[in-house]
Amino acid sequence: MRSNAVILANRAIKIKVFNAKKFALWLFLISVCMLFAGLTSAYLVKKSDGNWLQFDMPQIFLYSTIVLIISILSMHWTYRSAKNNTLLSLKWGLLFTGLLAIIFSYLQFEGWGQLVETNVFLVGNPSGSFVYVFSGLHLVHLLGGLGFLVVVFVDTLKFQVHSKNLLTIEMCTTYWHFLGGLWIYLYLFLVINN
Amino acid sequence: MSITDIEITQKLAHEDDHHEEHHDQPFIFKYIFSTDHKTIAKQFLITGIFWAILGGGLSVIFRLQLGFPDMDMGFLQPILGNWISNTGKLDPEFYLAMITMHGTIMVFFVLTAGLSGTFSNFLIPLQIGARDMASGFLNLLSYWFFFLSSVVMFISMFLSTGPASGGWTIYPPLSALPQAMSGSGTGMTLWLVSMVFFIASTLLGGINYITTVINLRTEGMSFRRLPLTIWAFFITAVLGLLSFPVLVACVLLLVFDRSFGTSFYLSEIFIGGEALPNLGGSPILFQHLFWFLGHPEVYIVILPALGITSEVISTNSRKPIFGYTAMIGSILAIAFLSFIVWAHHMFITGMNPFLGSIFMFLTLIIAIPSAVKAFNYITTLWKGNLIFTPAMLFSIGLVSFFISGGLTGLFLGNAAVDISLHDTYFVVAHFHLVMGSAAFFGLLAGVYHWFPKMFGRMMDEKLGYIHFWLTFVGVYLVFFPLHYIGIAGFPRRYYSFTNFDAFQSFTDLNAFVTVAAAITFGAQFIFLFNFFYNIFKGKKAPLNPWNSNTLEWTTPRIPEHGNWPGDIPKVYRWPYDYSKPGAKDDFIPQTVPYSETPESNTDFDNEMMKNEGITK
Repeated sequence: MRSNAVILANRAIKIKVFNAKKFALWLFLISVCMLFAGLTSAYLVKKSDGNWLQFDMPQIFLYSTIVLIISILSMHWTYRSAKNNTLLSLKWGLLFTGLLAIIFSYLQFEGWGQLVETNVFLVGNPSGSFVYVFSGLHLVHLLGGLGFLVVVFVDTLKFQVHSKNLLTIEMCTTYWHFLGGLWIYLYLFLVINN
Repeated sequence: MSITDIEITQKLAHEDDHHEEHHDQPFIFKYIFSTDHKTIAKQFLITGIFWAILGGGLSVIFRLQLGFPDMDMGFLQPILGNWISNTGKLDPEFYLAMITMHGTIMVFFVLTAGLSGTFSNFLIPLQIGARDMASGFLNLLSYWFFFLSSVVMFISMFLSTGPASGGWTIYPPLSALPQAMSGSGTGMTLWLVSMVFFIASTLLGGINYITTVINLRTEGMSFRRLPLTIWAFFITAVLGLLSFPVLVACVLLLVFDRSFGTSFYLSEIFIGGEALPNLGGSPILFQHLFWFLGHPEVYIVILPALGITSEVISTNSRKPIFGYTAMIGSILAIAFLSFIVWAHHMFITGMNPFLGSIFMFLTLIIAIPSAVKAFNYITTLWKGNLIFTPAMLFSIGLVSFFISGGLTGLFLGNAAVDISLHDTYFVVAHFHLVMGSAAFFGLLAGVYHWFPKMFGRMMDEKLGYIHFWLTFVGVYLVFFPLHYIGIAGFPRRYYSFTNFDAFQSFTDLNAFVTVAAAITFGAQFIFLFNFFYNIFKGKKAPLNPWNSNTLEWTTPRIPEHGNWPGDIPKVYRWPYDYSKPGAKDDFIPQTVPYSETPESNTDFDNEMMKNEGITK
């Protein structure tokens, strides 16, 4: 009993060191999760309150979701290229992912246009306003991710991203996958609730 | 490839000794845009002190209105200008602005930024044995976001339409409609802008604190050997990380309602007989979102103060803290419970009584970990060799407030009682004691205790004693009578109560409270003198003035950037080996290995000693 406690205490002394920057990124992701958890639960609370407009989600959001899923795959491929030191495909992968992100943003704007055509406006019943707020806020985070991609791309041009220096691209990939997952969650949430 | 490898090693080597090269920095980087956690902590402290004076000053002015409603306030005209009418009366809308600003300033700027910002920054690296925070740059950003937020809030107080006036909880529709009151115009907009910067600052700080505690502890500093201060700061940062984003969500929707015409919180409102176009929103939604932050926020305020108290009481009782594990457990329990009790602020919003009873049950459970903490403080004090330093007195004061204010929490947590006491002065008395004054005393205890480490000089003890007794007695004289006024049914935030016959008999009591508040506020200037004078003229501090065990006292008198000139010390034991039987001194610092103290080792320690070689 006693010796067990000693072993446990000693085991605890050996400190496992994570990478501090990566860890901080995860904490940031947690806080973004809380932001959207707050918003989506506000949506549910408001919906259960009644006086709620039901409408179909525009088809275009499905297309944008598919584009975003492709960009997740291409980001993953990019990361693999960095790991395998195939620097050319790394650069193309980053460019391709960035291009998909821009297409995604464009499709989101188009989606808002379609919402307006079906008489769902930002100003009006909260059920519509929430769609704009969710997608807009996600887009803001995605633009941040796009900026991160640019930073990684500039690093690539300086030959600073390769199998022995994966930190930035690892963090970028984590963030990108997170953004993808977040949008899939928001999309499914909105489709199921409409 | 080999070239890049060399580059990496050079880069790593460079990062390793970066702490050695900050000796001759220009003034602007050493004192203003500094990345040194100690300087940033002092910046937070000084800014917090500035806000505390302002927030306290506002409270004295509105107490004058409450205590002496017939008073001629013309003498305040030079400061408040047109907010004082020509007949010497305080403007009623400005009264609302002042209570709003008092709440906002005290909760966010003093007791969140001033308390967590100061002591988390100062103590985390020093007590866990780190050179600095995980990211000095993020830390710098954290302070300057706070500074920007302060500037915006300060400017809002000088608007001709007044600052935000809907109470610190900014409930819509009052805060959402500029037509509702003059403070809901530009003043409210600036409040929201300021809070956005404030939240950014808190999140950056919080991410840094958590990362630092988890990643940068020195060798041997396991979680079971962390001082309780660090445990408290760590959990506080986790609370902030989880709850402030929800405030962002809450405030964001309010911004949309105010600026873009959406209807998240607004529905079926008539102003001047005309209907507003907003339909389908719900102001209760705001309250849910707000209190999901708002309740953890009160623990963000009190937990660091409790952590500081644990450290100060144990050191000055010359005894190990009673129930170290129970203390950690109670911090964790309070943190967990704080997220599932928010609706006890909303018993009278027409919520389902069944739901109310669930929230009531959860709320009352918080009494258990809180009582664990209170009992552990008292049992630590019990039969200790008490040394009454000013920090110790303020810590004991905190325990007193925490108990007497906490007891009324049991009343208010009951939905049935809360329905009649809600929004009365009883609530004001409750939270000012249990959270306001208690956290404020924790802040003061921390300043008195760590002043020698911050500035390398000592504060004057006698002035500290005078400051303590005036403040301690003053706080009770201010807030105890408010319980009676509250039970009598007087609502908070009202401009005047002379119009109601039922409250005539409380006129004297209110005047008494106002006098007590003014004296208590005045007593703080003793502290201010003591603080600023001794930064420059104080007696030079010894290396370990309180004979304390924790790591910060192993640094030089004034630590450079990097904290320890040589290697970071290793840690061999927990921080509470005070008066250990057999030991020659009544304290054994954390850096002393068990192998050097065979006379005081227990069997357990001897077992640990065998493994010290492995951890070295």
